[in-house]
Amino acid sequence: MTTASDGSPGAALAIETRGLTKSFGRQRAVAEVDLAVPAGSVYGFLGPNGSGKTTTIRMLLGLTSATEGEVRVLGESMPDRSRDVLPRVGALVEGPAFYPFLSGRANLARLDSGDRRAPAATRRARVGAALDRVGLGHAADKKAHAYSLGMKQRLGLAAALLVPRDLLVLDEPSNGLDPQGTREVRGLIRALADEGTTVFVSSHLLAEVEQMCTHIGVMSAGRLLTQGTLDDLRDLGAHRVRLLTPDPERARDVLAGLGLVPDGRAEPAGGPTEARSQQHPPLASPSGPARVEAELPRTGPSPESIVAALVAADVRVRGFEVAGASLEDRFVDLTGEGFDVAG
Amino acid sequence: MSPADRSSGDAAPSSGAVPRPAAARRGSGLALLGSEVSVLFRRVRTVALLAALALIPVLLAVAVRVTADGSEGGGGGPAFLGDITQNGLFVSLTALTVAIPLFLPLTVGVVAGDTIAGEASLGTLRYLLVTPVGRVRLVLVKYAGAALFCLVATLVVVVVGAIAGAALFPVGPVTLLSGQTIGVGDYAGRMLLMALYVTISLLGLSAIGLFASTLTSVPVGAMAATIVLSTVSQIVDALPQLDALDPWLFTHYWLGFADLMRDPVSWGNFADNALLQAGYVAVFGALALGRFTTKDVLS
Repeated sequence: MTTASDGSPGAALAIETRGLTKSFGRQRAVAEVDLAVPAGSVYGFLGPNGSGKTTTIRMLLGLTSATEGEVRVLGESMPDRSRDVLPRVGALVEGPAFYPFLSGRANLARLDSGDRRAPAATRRARVGAALDRVGLGHAADKKAHAYSLGMKQRLGLAAALLVPRDLLVLDEPSNGLDPQGTREVRGLIRALADEGTTVFVSSHLLAEVEQMCTHIGVMSAGRLLTQGTLDDLRDLGAHRVRLLTPDPERARDVLAGLGLVPDGRAEPAGGPTEARSQQHPPLASPSGPARVEAELPRTGPSPESIVAALVAADVRVRGFEVAGASLEDRFVDLTGEGFDVAG
Repeated sequence: MSPADRSSGDAAPSSGAVPRPAAARRGSGLALLGSEVSVLFRRVRTVALLAALALIPVLLAVAVRVTADGSEGGGGGPAFLGDITQNGLFVSLTALTVAIPLFLPLTVGVVAGDTIAGEASLGTLRYLLVTPVGRVRLVLVKYAGAALFCLVATLVVVVVGAIAGAALFPVGPVTLLSGQTIGVGDYAGRMLLMALYVTISLLGLSAIGLFASTLTSVPVGAMAATIVLSTVSQIVDALPQLDALDPWLFTHYWLGFADLMRDPVSWGNFADNALLQAGYVAVFGALALGRFTTKDVLS
């Protein structure tokens, strides 16, 4: 069920794999993965821990060889063209790693000195700019062993930003960051994407991906279950009617009359997404309007006719929306289990 | 903001501060070597290893100085030990003789065993490789760093020995093993030759350590393997039953530098040793490259 990535057929792919497979002994850590990451997208690579995301990323970057299949990154075949491809790719792989006895600044300079295309004359300035960009300017001269996990994560991002990149491959970039840091990383990724950088970001956190990605691919047990734009993925799921009304019983009758199956009881507003129910106080007080939901099949009545029918039946409609299923619902559908298995 | 509207991969980022250096295809590969050397020698561990090596000639000189007042010519110590009281310049030579069987291989084993495995255990290996530092280039730079350490380690023993000897004992013209006497300047030149000899002697061991280091991501394992091998080689060299193997052992010529203390200089050992070490460097260097260029980096 691979959907067309973004409508424009000729769009260049920043990452493309065909039948990518990695076996360790008999175990297939990655099995026949066909990634298509359009240039300019922010691609969320989702999957529970252990689903093969990092192994895939290692193969994309030429750190490990593929057992089978092809990889093209920025239009070039990997790993044989890695010398030309990798300078254009910034990467954060399986957590940041640094020389603990060097300062953050010295760590970045060390990495930069390995890149033959990075001009030495501007090294100091570029290192400083990268550190400032991730908010580490004040801690640049501390030894890396004194950094917290969040600071190391930022330093890792800074290393990926030492030179302008066409593609960023970020493996769990907000791991270990506090909510503030997570938000900053999200903002940084958006800013980079706006500059034209393609961002391939792996995560096991659905909410995070939903907030910053244009495209999404879902891994489970080494396989790519689906990929496409965020909207494609939402559309694939059933739509739901959400109605806010002080007359829930009557509304339910009307909906049932239209062939819909309203949920059994009027839940307090909030919906299934945990984060939302935490952010918003329940809208339904005992006397106030209640929320009525029903699944809306593709062949069902149009939303306008539903509202018309409700109003005709004297249901006081205070709010009405048709929403795609939450991504979380989609993932539970796809993976058939709680998504964040390893928490 | 449709993704299709964004610039494709080949377009330069609009707000990039630095233009992509597409024209400057490659800078000098020397920057990485410079970085490697500075990381190696600014590391506390390396400094500690060198300090330990520096202690050898100092302890030696002090011990001889303290005991020399009572009894002259103690007998059974290492070569040249008895000569130190007459001429402090022999401290370097004695210290080298003491250091080469154990202490120098120990420090070289630590540095060479750490080359690749150390980066792997820190996790920095994957970041170097995606920078990208080519795998061949990384192995060469790492080996160059280890070889430089061999030279520096040897020079530390020689130079500190000379200083300690000059500080505690009289210094004067040196009598060679072949009987002639040479001046201090000439002797300094020969000491440098000896340092070179010892450095070359350690290059084979460094290559073995480099190879061991590509086999594991546990640096201590590679270090231990390297050090054990140097000891085993010396034991085999000492067993008369295994004499046939001797010319092939990388430790065989380790103590041969005394030949440089003759006049005319006997170059036989120097040449044989250099050839043997070159063979070890070629074989284990090739093994290290073969292993590392095909290895899956999972650390």
